[in-house]
Amino acid sequence: MSIQAAETTTTAAGYVLQAENLAVATLGGKEILHGISFALTPGRVLALVGESGSGKTTAGLACLGHFRTGLKHTGGTIEIKNKYEEGSTDVLSLPETGRRGLRGGSISYVPQDPALSLNPAMRIGDQILEVLRVHGYGKTDAERRERLAGVLTDVGLANDTAYQRRWPHQLSGGQQQRVGIAMAFACRPEVMVLDEPTTGLDVTTQALVLQTIHGLAEKYHVAGLYITHDLAVVAEIADEVAVMLSGDVVEAGDVKQVLYKPQHRYTRKLLSAVPDLAGRRRIGDVTAITGDMPVVDPETGKANSSVAPGLAAPSAGGKHTAAPAATSAAAPEGTDADGNLLSVKDLRLAYGSNQVLDGIDLALTEGESMMLLGESGSGKTTLARCIAGLNDTFHGSVSLAGTELAHGTRDRTASERHRIQYVFQSPFSSLSPRRTVAESVEVPLLMSGKYSKAQRRTMVTEGLDQVRLGASYLDRRPGQLSGGERQRVAIARALVNAPSVLVCDEVTSALDVSVQASIIDLLRTLQLDTGMAMLFVTHNIALARHISQRLAVLQKGQIVDLGVTGDVLENPQHSYTQQLLANVPSM
Amino acid sequence: MLKLITRRLLISLVILFIISVLVFVATLLLPGDPARAMLGQQATPERLEALREQMGLNEPAWLRYFSWLGGLFVGDFGASVTGASVGELLGERISASLVLMVAAAVIAIPVGIIVGAYSALRRGKAGDHTASAISLVLAALPEFVIGIVLITVFSTTVFRILPAVTMSPPGQEVWEYPAQLILPVLTLVLVVMPYIIRMMRATMVEVLDSGYVEMARLKGVPERQVITRHAVPHALAPVAQVVAIQLAWLAGGIVVVEFLFRYPGIGQALVDAVANRDVQVVQALSMLIAALYIVVNLLADIVGILTNPKLRTESAS
Repeated sequence: MSIQAAETTTTAAGYVLQAENLAVATLGGKEILHGISFALTPGRVLALVGESGSGKTTAGLACLGHFRTGLKHTGGTIEIKNKYEEGSTDVLSLPETGRRGLRGGSISYVPQDPALSLNPAMRIGDQILEVLRVHGYGKTDAERRERLAGVLTDVGLANDTAYQRRWPHQLSGGQQQRVGIAMAFACRPEVMVLDEPTTGLDVTTQALVLQTIHGLAEKYHVAGLYITHDLAVVAEIADEVAVMLSGDVVEAGDVKQVLYKPQHRYTRKLLSAVPDLAGRRRIGDVTAITGDMPVVDPETGKANSSVAPGLAAPSAGGKHTAAPAATSAAAPEGTDADGNLLSVKDLRLAYGSNQVLDGIDLALTEGESMMLLGESGSGKTTLARCIAGLNDTFHGSVSLAGTELAHGTRDRTASERHRIQYVFQSPFSSLSPRRTVAESVEVPLLMSGKYSKAQRRTMVTEGLDQVRLGASYLDRRPGQLSGGERQRVAIARALVNAPSVLVCDEVTSALDVSVQASIIDLLRTLQLDTGMAMLFVTHNIALARHISQRLAVLQKGQIVDLGVTGDVLENPQHSYTQQLLANVPSM
Repeated sequence: MLKLITRRLLISLVILFIISVLVFVATLLLPGDPARAMLGQQATPERLEALREQMGLNEPAWLRYFSWLGGLFVGDFGASVTGASVGELLGERISASLVLMVAAAVIAIPVGIIVGAYSALRRGKAGDHTASAISLVLAALPEFVIGIVLITVFSTTVFRILPAVTMSPPGQEVWEYPAQLILPVLTLVLVVMPYIIRMMRATMVEVLDSGYVEMARLKGVPERQVITRHAVPHALAPVAQVVAIQLAWLAGGIVVVEFLFRYPGIGQALVDAVANRDVQVVQALSMLIAALYIVVNLLADIVGILTNPKLRTESAS
């Protein structure tokens, strides 16, 4: 552990907040933080990086003397420099009223999800004024209103009265987050704790919000604690980094040193899992396969010659020696006249006056992987659901191997249904908590009605093998599995009766980066193995080269860019794609 | 917002119209002959026929329906079998029942909300467990059981401090003897309140765990203000629905309680009217109770719209 690194950069004189040996445990006695230390300096941003469950939010909230229900402080101090006099105060030894005086005043907090954290029944201006009033900022209400207008300008929002009188639901996600930042910044705090403030935002908005935070920290000399799991964002915003692993800081230091010369094994693992736009890095454990894909590295030309060593599994056979097109022999049925397995023609869908999908044309050949990229509200999930038949209110056509499919799953034949399978975004809600893994995976086989009980059991075991879970998982329930394991089960369920098309709807966005890497890896391997076509729906453009041969960019229900992944990324035609690419954070 | 409220209002009127048809048809199906009920068994066929002619009973049903409906609009509820106008007959009864209902609502709603909010704030502690246990027990008991227990405790066996039945002579207002109101009101309060407590507790627990309440605390807002400004307003809208259902129940449930306490309200009147084949009175009371149901539900919807800025600004945004 190199906790010293943090301390060398912040000499005793320079810090404004210093956590020392901070320990937090659940009321049941399980320790969440095992005595971590970090320090914040004015004008600099410390990034606290870790995966879910590492305790980073707990540490951030402890800086404000707040512990969520079920947690208690068990040791260590958080010293904050006094605002008006010499010396410092231990936040955690203060009584509740003392802590309240600091919160929102000297130390402020920007929450992860502004949509949940702004009071939906209060105008945004009133919510910011409330902080100012509570902390007695300014002497009169007029002075406070002036500050309100000023802070809204600072975060790049309109500051007129009409804007201040808006309700949270009348703002976009990015605007809501900037209101959150304005609220945190209103009383001119010395320290701001930012808890994944850009996680739910698309890259363009994220870039704007990051710019705002960076600007404020520098201009007003605020110390920032930026909690995130996204290392690419860290590279953009932070001056220092502390990497957390299950309640410990395992590595800390200057951002350049940690990101480019990582010392700890875990930091290196985390870094290797971050997908990059250029496709230089190979994410995932079985790098041999991903790396040899022509998709990832079109120049090397190695793809045709090498048999990936990681793929010596019995099912691999000799099918994947060439580019995906060669695997077409694996597919039982043919393609349409244009050689397309799945084609979508002029697909339209509107809810009232809101045109969600506006004339979509798409085609997938056998063994091809296409990424459907779009931000929230672009209609990407709706499109995926229309293709799978989960949404049957659209106009236009979806055809599979030249046959036009009925719009809804109920009207499709059993074999049509089984040839298109769907994996949902959240493995936490897509698996029934009451069913064992075997029971969940078995469902598609039961529905086809073709197999005996013993056959089903064998196929389920094989399916779990394919997603590298093994027979020991058969009788477990989702509650006993991690997020990554659950998503593997969901994938096994989709693959168990060998579909021709797999639709993956944001399958990695609920997962940590290292888990994301292994899932991406798995999907690539399976796709090669089985020769199925895959539609990979996501908002994360950085994954493009790691998963897809072709890339479709969806904006407001229209496909604005479509082509071979490399071409689209290097030579984007539409201004929206160009803008997206310009805003992708990178390391 | 106005558009939304007007729409609800129009829907309410349509429902009320449908109910009027149902009520009229239902009373047509009642066995017995109103004319015979008025004149008794010894009446001659000539007098029965004359009375039927006078009451319009020989006209076709649809014509009678429309003249009855027209009467409702101008406040003419027809004549009772006793010959008196229904409006006059019921006026006193209605005000007596309203006293009971309003008193029960005025006590049960605020107390229920406060106890529910308190339970949520003390979640998992002794106070919460006690409140939950008591409200569950009360919710499980039917109103006549609660009434009988109260009578046993306060008027007969244990103490003898309150009157068990209504003593005021006819013609005098019920509130001139406030002591006789206590037990019926208490019974209604105890029946209505548990649901309000439980709903308030549930929504309040949810709201207290929400992001904006945590955020308010992290802004340094004092706890009292966190609760009054950030938590309670959000917890109220779902509770308003339950309150509406409870108030509507009061309109019907009052029949049993009034019967139990011999209270001269609409419940008693309804029971008597059905027994006497007093069709006009049954129709008027059924319409009244239905209208009350609709009005309280409409009020709950309006409270829901007012506490939700998303609905309030729907047309604006």
